[in-house]
Amino acid sequence: MPQTAQVHAETRAAKERSPFVNAISEFWKSYRKNKPALFGTGIILVFILLAIFANFIAPQGINDQNITNKLQAPSAAHWFGTDDFGRDIFSRILFGARLSLRVGFLAVIGSIVVGTLLGILAGYFGKVLDVVISRLFDILLAFPSILLSIAIVAILGPSLNNALVAIAIVNVPVFGRLVRSRVLTVKEEEYVVAARSIGMGDMRIIFHHILPNSIAPIIVQGTLNIATAILDAAGLGFLGMGAEAPLPEWGKMLSDSREYIQNAPWTVLFPGLAIVLVVVGFNLIGDGLRDALDPRMKN
Amino acid sequence: MFYYSVKRILMLIPVLLGMTLIVFAIIHAIPGNPALTILGTKASPEAVRQLNQSLGLDNPWYVQYFSYLKDILTGDLGTSIQTHAPIASEIWPHLAATIELSFVAMIIAIVVGINAGIISAWKQNSVFDYTAMILALIGVSMPVFWLGLLEQWGFSIKLGWLPSIGRDDIRNGVDPITNLYLIDTLLQGRLDQFWMVIRHMILPSIALATIPTAIIARMTRSSMLEVLKSDYIRTAKAKGQRMVWIVYKYALKNAFIPILTVIGLQTGLLLGGAILTETIFGWPGVGLYIYNAIQYRDYPVIQSGILIIAFIFVMVNFIVDLLYGLIDPRIKYK
Repeated sequence: MPQTAQVHAETRAAKERSPFVNAISEFWKSYRKNKPALFGTGIILVFILLAIFANFIAPQGINDQNITNKLQAPSAAHWFGTDDFGRDIFSRILFGARLSLRVGFLAVIGSIVVGTLLGILAGYFGKVLDVVISRLFDILLAFPSILLSIAIVAILGPSLNNALVAIAIVNVPVFGRLVRSRVLTVKEEEYVVAARSIGMGDMRIIFHHILPNSIAPIIVQGTLNIATAILDAAGLGFLGMGAEAPLPEWGKMLSDSREYIQNAPWTVLFPGLAIVLVVVGFNLIGDGLRDALDPRMKN
Repeated sequence: MFYYSVKRILMLIPVLLGMTLIVFAIIHAIPGNPALTILGTKASPEAVRQLNQSLGLDNPWYVQYFSYLKDILTGDLGTSIQTHAPIASEIWPHLAATIELSFVAMIIAIVVGINAGIISAWKQNSVFDYTAMILALIGVSMPVFWLGLLEQWGFSIKLGWLPSIGRDDIRNGVDPITNLYLIDTLLQGRLDQFWMVIRHMILPSIALATIPTAIIARMTRSSMLEVLKSDYIRTAKAKGQRMVWIVYKYALKNAFIPILTVIGLQTGLLLGGAILTETIFGWPGVGLYIYNAIQYRDYPVIQSGILIIAFIFVMVNFIVDLLYGLIDPRIKYK
């Protein structure tokens, strides 16, 4: 019975491992079966590597202008053609990956930190704090996200970093509400009531019981929100409320080249394709994480 | 139902007040003196002081806020710095243009999204299902302004089939009555202009509808998959009912609540997306109005434009809330 022996050995090994390692291996077992999620992970890994090694891969710098070479169609020398300043679009897209990924990750991390804090305050301590914070979330969610971002950038002044801050603020209520609802559920679980009855402090309960139970939905929502953050940053860049020239932010590249679309459609085509690929990647990973970590969120 | 509606309206009040407070705070937090923006940087300190006084800008913030609130309630949205015209009268034609475009885009999104979702769930794991879901994934991942630019390039510049900008032809302009051109041209019996308005609307409405279509299709599919597994559907199948009848009459009704929620939430995305779509297609709606105001730093217009769009979004979700009970009588309003 070699198969039964193998199953026994695996169970024994699982028992000996820490619960964290077990959870990771359980997650990986489920995640690796999800082909679209693996495809998405592949796309994002490629973009991360391209962004890290852009200095070595890019044939030209982001501002290497050559006016005599402007608006050239894609060729062996310029894979994605050149823009109106004769700059190599492929090189600019590689460096642009750094900007878009940075905005996506940092904006979402910022909104997770603030949203989690506010969500815990509202859900765990309740009462007036809950009413005030929940109403604030309702009000912020009443604005279409891109419009609220525009308003915030209007205060801070147009720049990529300010666009990042605006996108982070706009996404705070998304995570705040999520954490608040998890806190409300977990707070009533018997083991939390028991922990409180034996005198465990609020901070210990929050860090040992409530936060670990909220991590899965936060990771799933966070991944999906990186996708929308990248789209919003591109939208702000396109409207002139984000990255400023000569930064190779993809949305800004699209807005700068729209007047050349008639004779040089590649100037618009490739930056847009880059956005679509990265956003598809994050959406696929987000869907895969949701199926593996929190199947209840599926519907 | 009546009590629920009244309660829901009362709950709207703090949200609406909060919205005005946030917009007010944002505009006041913007660096720079509005009087200087209006008068120009070369204005004398005396002129700036007088304008500050006449605009009430030297009052404490709460006095300014209540006066702003009073103005809004009496329909006064302020004056545009750029055109010196009252925003309330200036914004209506823009608002009508946005409402018309968003409405058409939402109809496209609902019809295409729901049907694609239904067929995907009905024929789960078929070629149609895979194709529709891949297209839906690309749809939610695509920047609306990029799709708009590609549409312009393909259908206007290369093929010359459809106009690339505007709402009507300059040489054959529509005489506005309601400012909803589809209605105005019909009221005037101008079928040639009606067709022209539709031709102008096709590209921007498709661009604007893409993301909501994709999200509604994904939601409908997952909602329908769940309902199609239920006992009463199996019973209907066993009784030999036709599948089309089962899906559209029995299953869709029960799958519709989550779909309706998504439709309500998508309105916000649609109205937000309007600013990008209108900018590309030169569609003279609130989005383009705000975009031009951004270029000119015309803050009263930005403020009113954002407030009006947020107001419409809140009202649409209010209506969606009330519709739940009509669609599913099991939902009781307490």
